[in-house]
Amino acid sequence: MSLIRKTAAELGSLIAAGEVSAVEVAEAHLDRMAEVEPKVKAFLHVDRETTIEQARAVDARLRAGERLGPLAGVPIAHKDIFTTRDMPTTAASKILEGWRPPYDATVTARLREAGLVILGKTNLDEFAMGSSTENSAYQVTHNPWDLSRVPGGSSGGSSAAVAAYEAPLSTGTDTGGSIRQPASVTGIVGMKPTYGGSSRYGLIAFASSLDTPGPFARNVLDAALLHEAFSGYDPMDSTSVDAPVPSVVEAARNPDVSGMRIGVVKEFAGEGFQPGVLARYQEAVHLLESLGAKVVEVSCPSFTTALPAYYLIAPSECSSNLARFDAMRYGLRVGDDGTRSAEEVMALTRAAGFGPEVKRRIMLGTYALSSGYYDAYYGQAQKVRTVISREFEAAYQQVDVLVSPTTPTTAFPIGERADDPMAMYLADLCTIPSNLSGNAAMSVPCGLADEDGLPVGLQIMAPVLGDDRCYRVGAAVEQALESHWGGGLLSRAPEL
Amino acid sequence: MTAGTLMPYDEALDRFEPVLGLETHVELGTKSKMFCGCKTTFGAPPNTQVCPTCLAFPGALPVANAAAIESTIRIGLALNCSIAEWCRFARKNYFYPDMPKNYQISQYDEPLCFDGYLDVEVEGKTVRIEIERVHLEEDTGKSTHVGGATGRIHGADYSIVDYNRAGIPLVEIVTKPIPGTDRLAPEVAKAYVTELREVMRSLGVSDVRMEEGSLRCDVNVSLMPRGSSEWGTRTETKNVNSLRSVERAVRSEIERQAAVLAAGGKIVQETRHFHEDTGGTTSGRSKEEAQDYRYFPEPDLVPIAPDRGWVAELKAGLPELPSVKRKRLQAEWGLSDLDMQAMHNADAIELVEATVAVGAPAADARKWWMGELARRSNETSTPLADLPITPEQIARVTELVASGALNDKLAREVLEGVMAGEGTPDEVVESRGLKIVNDEGELSAIIDQVLADNADAAEKVRSGKIAAAGALVGGVMRASKGKADAARARQLILEKLGVQE
Repeated sequence: MSLIRKTAAELGSLIAAGEVSAVEVAEAHLDRMAEVEPKVKAFLHVDRETTIEQARAVDARLRAGERLGPLAGVPIAHKDIFTTRDMPTTAASKILEGWRPPYDATVTARLREAGLVILGKTNLDEFAMGSSTENSAYQVTHNPWDLSRVPGGSSGGSSAAVAAYEAPLSTGTDTGGSIRQPASVTGIVGMKPTYGGSSRYGLIAFASSLDTPGPFARNVLDAALLHEAFSGYDPMDSTSVDAPVPSVVEAARNPDVSGMRIGVVKEFAGEGFQPGVLARYQEAVHLLESLGAKVVEVSCPSFTTALPAYYLIAPSECSSNLARFDAMRYGLRVGDDGTRSAEEVMALTRAAGFGPEVKRRIMLGTYALSSGYYDAYYGQAQKVRTVISREFEAAYQQVDVLVSPTTPTTAFPIGERADDPMAMYLADLCTIPSNLSGNAAMSVPCGLADEDGLPVGLQIMAPVLGDDRCYRVGAAVEQALESHWGGGLLSRAPEL
Repeated sequence: MTAGTLMPYDEALDRFEPVLGLETHVELGTKSKMFCGCKTTFGAPPNTQVCPTCLAFPGALPVANAAAIESTIRIGLALNCSIAEWCRFARKNYFYPDMPKNYQISQYDEPLCFDGYLDVEVEGKTVRIEIERVHLEEDTGKSTHVGGATGRIHGADYSIVDYNRAGIPLVEIVTKPIPGTDRLAPEVAKAYVTELREVMRSLGVSDVRMEEGSLRCDVNVSLMPRGSSEWGTRTETKNVNSLRSVERAVRSEIERQAAVLAAGGKIVQETRHFHEDTGGTTSGRSKEEAQDYRYFPEPDLVPIAPDRGWVAELKAGLPELPSVKRKRLQAEWGLSDLDMQAMHNADAIELVEATVAVGAPAADARKWWMGELARRSNETSTPLADLPITPEQIARVTELVASGALNDKLAREVLEGVMAGEGTPDEVVESRGLKIVNDEGELSAIIDQVLADNADAAEKVRSGKIAAAGALVGGVMRASKGKADAARARQLILEKLGVQE
């Protein structure tokens, strides 16, 4: 089997055993990228030299006897929203075109410490605002299952890169579903850790109280290995959790759900859900039951108010977070011809540098925080957030995990929802509640929808710091389905 | 931008009653900034104390400075405030080039400390100033507007920004409205800022140097007609940067508002700028077109929930506060209220205390600091504490006087020498040859010469007109260039002339 088809765990073992070098593995993936990138367009920045250099350094560290983690030498695609010293960082926005950060994000630094080799920076919706990656200021990324469809978003470059075998692993960030939804529509595993479980330092902020870095992989164990590699307390992020990382790798290796109580969220089914999605989802629930889990229906009525609450909280925070892009210290500067005031240059730069969705959210948030409207909008949304958290807590009194479809539909065609923000926002209907409550949630592939033959994801939600439960249940579903299918779901994807 | 007409202060106060409000910003003297590890040294080359966080680079995050939180709680406790059991930082959103994030991390409706007071003494009366809140925030960078006449942004050719100051911890102390000060409003305002400055100094939380901007004051003033109970519209005068200016700003704003109101005009709620040169204020931006700061809780930081036990420890560990200390020292030194107030006004108390601490009698220490040195301070417009002389040196001079080695006149010369940089008091005595003439032989010779030169006067004394001896003593002092011991000289003169007092 060629190197690019191997799992990250297998590659790590081969490299550690000296059977293959990190450079060889990197080259195999760079070659794959050269072959399929023109069709997929997952990467915003690739620099063969820098990548090979990193791989060479890892080989040297290993030869010198340095003990690195299980992913040493394994290549990774890195979402272009994490700062990197040696590569540009743009958040897919014109306002940061060509910006080279003077520092590494904590996630970037931990990838390097663990010996992962960064292949390049992946495309995303500008500032992670979107569900299709069409809001990138640079390019549209294509779904490897069907190039006329979106790879999800905002981390669509990262999901597409892994699904297209350009990388065995990638990073994402999940603010309202930006890891789980793209994982679901590209047939891979995506995990949103507990909020604060992974550091936001060096992650270009969209909505500070929601943003969570997490892993993508083609299987549950690989996702767990990556999760463990970059997660954990960071003194540079005040909101990071000062607690041990849940033992996710151990959980991924113990796919046993017998005796677990699994709650089916009553509100996430029915109208608006694609029949093929619901069919695969219900099969997955039955599968869990057949594996010895006890399945109960749980009602979380406030979850239906999560979407409007999210679209007040996230834009409010973003309107403030994105104020720093003002042409003064870095990034784009427009209209500075010596005749204009700083204020005018700021306004011209922001008008030229931000795309329409970013502007829409800045305006929404500015309005929601305005004096006289604050209580009715931002204040009310925060109350909804509290109610949702309480409903989760109550649910976890009865069950160990909650499940739902990850997203109401399979991958939609490029352009279909680009001019319909409300339709676009609905893609995150099932994922948003976990962001508002800060709990852990995973998407794991559970089959192909009958009507379009495209991947469907099962969402597994667990309490705060219960990330290991997602991995245990996810691994059990994966093991059972793969033995049924005779291989991973991606083995059924068309050749590129 | 003209100052407009003013109504004479006395007339203004005959017709109107002022209500004051003071907002004071104190830069804390922490080693690092409020939300990052950058240094806070004053006067470093521009943009050398900066990092991704205080420059608001994409992705950088704040981490709150624990020492700054502790200092703020100690300030709150010293100002008799309640300390919040739980509170948050908030973002104050507005665009300005010297504010890197285009929002300031501050506190909004959940200040760390609230509902306190500070008592100040004005003309023998105690005035209680109620404190609304004490909160913690970060300073902005410093803009310099180059070109143009005013040094303000309007009319400037270009502006430069130094971000060294961006993110330095800043404590904002806001009073409740202060009615009832009447004619003493300017003095009350000054006394409050003076007292606040001393509290900060005694806590050791800030160097509170108004000229360097580590203590900055905004003065709110409104007027209401005598007999009215409804407060008028207030103005906020910004950046009043010395104690004297606090007093002047209140006075001139009362005079200006009185003139506007008396002419049937309306006071506009606005920010005004104080001008050191004219002592007047001019209009800044109007609050009627004020920005909406869109405050919301800072999501990058976790709430502050100070442990009650820790707060109690901080309270128990507060130093003796200035007003308490003044009362104690006044009793120890046996001074009248008036003398003590004079020392307070002259900023001499700590200096006298320090001089006493190194061995000088309190009366002597006070005499020099409030006499010779206060005069020098006035003449050179130098604060007493900045005169080039130390409490140790003053103590040595008092010791030399007590031992009889110097008299007061010589002592003044020694002080002058020390301040001129000629060395220690002993070195100045040596180099200027200022020791009192104690050699009886030398003194006797001088007296003989003076008696010979003033035979008439000597004869008068001999014949019983002892009062005439004063002229002879004066002659001896002149002849010895002031170095003779006048009392001993008088004794010897009378002896030589065979008379007794």
